[in-house]
This record gives sequence, C-alpha cells and structure tokens, in this order.
Amino acid sequence: MNDLTVESLGPDASDTSILNDAAFLNDLRRQMLKFATLQLSNSHAAEDAVQEALVGALKNAKSFAGRAALKTWVFAILRNKIADVLRQKKRMVDASSLLREDEEGEDFAELFDTKGMWQTDEKPATWGNPQDALHQNQFWKVFEICLEALPGNQARVFMMKEFVELETAEICTAVGITTTNLNVMLHRSRLRLRECLENNWFLRGEHA
Amino acid sequence: MMNCKQATRLISESQDRTLTLAEKMSLKVHVMMCSGCKNFSLQVPFLSKAMKAYAKGYGKNISDEGQQ
Repeated sequence: MNDLTVESLGPDASDTSILNDAAFLNDLRRQMLKFATLQLSNSHAAEDAVQEALVGALKNAKSFAGRAALKTWVFAILRNKIADVLRQKKRMVDASSLLREDEEGEDFAELFDTKGMWQTDEKPATWGNPQDALHQNQFWKVFEICLEALPGNQARVFMMKEFVELETAEICTAVGITTTNLNVMLHRSRLRLRECLENNWFLRGEHA
Repeated sequence: MMNCKQATRLISESQDRTLTLAEKMSLKVHVMMCSGCKNFSLQVPFLSKAMKAYAKGYGKNISDEGQQ
C-alpha cells in the first residue's frame, strides 16, 4: 500500500487507455467524492482526500489490468486517507447533531409496538437470494438512494464501520460518542437501510 | 423473553462484537420463533457485504451504461 513508486514512473507513465477515458475517470471521481464528503462532512477535506488518492493511484495506472482493478485500488487508497483524517480529528459531530440523533426515538415507535414486537406491516420479509442484486446496476442506484436517505450521522458511522472498517473504539473517538451510542446508531442505520432496500428493491418485481 | 427490538439490536451488535453465550442462546430461541427477526438476521450480513462491494466501486459502472 505504501509503495506507490511515483517517482519511478513519472508523469509520462500515463499512456494507458484508462487514463484517456474521461467518462470513466469523471464517474470514479464523483463516486469517491460522494463517499469522502459523507465520511468527512467537509467538502474541502473530501476534495483533498480524493485528489490525493486519485493522483497517487493514476500514476500507477499502467500496472492495472483494467478499470475494475484500478477502482479497487483507488478506493483502498481513499479509504486509508479518510481513516488518517478521521484519526487526526478528535470530533466530527457537534453536540447539536448528536442531540438530534437522540430525538429519533420515533423510528422505533413506527417499527415496533409497545411490547417491542414488530408492527405487522414492518416485519422484515424474505429477500430470497439477495446476492443476485449485487450484479445489477439498477440495484446500486437504489442502494445509493437508500444510503443517502439515512440521517447524516447514521450514514457516517455505518460507512466508517463497513467501508472504512475502523475499529469500534476508533469510530467512537472520531465521532465523540460512547460505544452504546454507536451501537444504537448502527442498529438504527441497519433497520432503516434494510427497510428502504426491501421497499424499493426486494419487494418490487421489476428487476427480475 | 426477548422482544424484537432487543433481538434486532443483538443481531446488529453481532456484526460489531462477539455476543456472550447467554445472548447467543436467547437470540437463537427468539429467532427460531420469529420470522421477521430471522429475516433481519439474514439481511444484516448482506448489508455489510453490499456496503463493501459498493465501496469497491460496484456502485456505478459507466463502461456498461450511460454512454453518451
């Protein structure tokens, strides 16, 4: 991960077809930026992280067999950059936004009855073989919409956990919350994301 | 007896830490009897898998679509 060997390749090492594919690069950049902005809640820092990751990866583009390999590589670098920034920052979420998080108790009232059992119309349905969805472009559009529909803090901690793959303690330090807070937020984000995917994808037959 | 709110919380936490034996057992009993929580327990690992796949760039594949 650290051996980018930028110097050995130099700026003229870029005569590959990937680097001439403006549409691919624009899209990749847009995707990275979306992710980084959500993670860092600061468009300037996000832009910096994306630029650095892209420059670093593209200087090595020649050694990539194709777009998929480049994408994986570029996101691995971005992930590390974001993790670095998050570790340096003591707190990313201000007190007022955490308060709002606490007010989201009504989430649970919609999903569960007073005894804590599923409301009849909120009970998770069977998704069949969800892996199939991973190969469908349309699914990813729905997935993205559902991710964006999560409240900012929930999306952030969920992505820190599942994409940046920070440890629980690291997330708690970065966001300035307790482990219990984090567990509550992850629980809510999973409930919401699940519900959104179910309503907008798994219970709709149109993709089959 | 555990309710669905508690069961889904434990299912969520099982992604982030190892549950205790007592937690595992009471969760197992609940999930056996509750189809909603059973489905939830299958969906949560999928969310994690999908998030990781999305992060790897499966989210958008412009070479396969949207050519102008």
